[in-house]
Amino acid sequence: MLQQLFFAYFAVTIIVFSILVITRRNPVHSVLWMLLLFFHIASLYLFLNAEFIAAIQIIVYAGAILVLYLFVILFLNIKEEIKTNRFINAWPTGFTFGIALFVVFILSLRSFIAAPPGIYSIDVIKAETHTKALAKILYTDFLFPFEVASVVLLVAIVGAIVLAKRRLKS
Amino acid sequence: MVPLNWYILLGTAVFTIGVVGFLMRRNVIIVLMSIELMLNGVNINLIAFSHYLQDLRGQILTFFIITVAAAEAAIGLAILIALFRNKATAHVDDIHEMQG
Repeated sequence: MLQQLFFAYFAVTIIVFSILVITRRNPVHSVLWMLLLFFHIASLYLFLNAEFIAAIQIIVYAGAILVLYLFVILFLNIKEEIKTNRFINAWPTGFTFGIALFVVFILSLRSFIAAPPGIYSIDVIKAETHTKALAKILYTDFLFPFEVASVVLLVAIVGAIVLAKRRLKS
Repeated sequence: MVPLNWYILLGTAVFTIGVVGFLMRRNVIIVLMSIELMLNGVNINLIAFSHYLQDLRGQILTFFIITVAAAEAAIGLAILIALFRNKATAHVDDIHEMQG
């Protein structure tokens, strides 16, 4: 009962904050609501026994990505932004598409069949600690995707610098 | 015990709100933030599956999704800065050089 109550609180706040993020006029307010949203999602991960991912969520999303967004918002003219229209003219099309997508997802949920459970039950993870169990899989079975992820980050670093730097006089 | 379906519904709802924001907002920064919302909806689903199916591979996938989200945010915002330098606008309906 208590678990359901906690889940209900987090579900309601997460959905309300998501709606606030996409409807606020001022982009700075959107970013601040999103910060709160990320903290709530991180605590939802703690419910699911994923404490390492919860820490990563706060450090990377709330700590790095949102600060990047705040920096770019400084380029905007907020005073002018508050006066102009929030939505594009064709917004009913997008809204209808989103609702239709939600209905399709819910209908497809009814035909969902769970796979047989794997070996990492809560007791196994508790005996081995979560981070160690995660690292064991990441550095053995998923070593190649891990290397590819590092290349993706390298491309992002180089690309961001090349795109954002001032063009030099040649 | 919270059923798995509740988590899937929550993840789906967050994903859908992200899609709606992506298609409705004028400001490019909010559009990029909607993409982050969509990725978070997927992450909730993956972690819930990983817990209920007792398999850690879902969390590994979440790890990679967070990596790609960070790269996407950096590249997207760099493109935005280049756009500000050339056009001085952040509205998607003011950007119509390609006649889209």
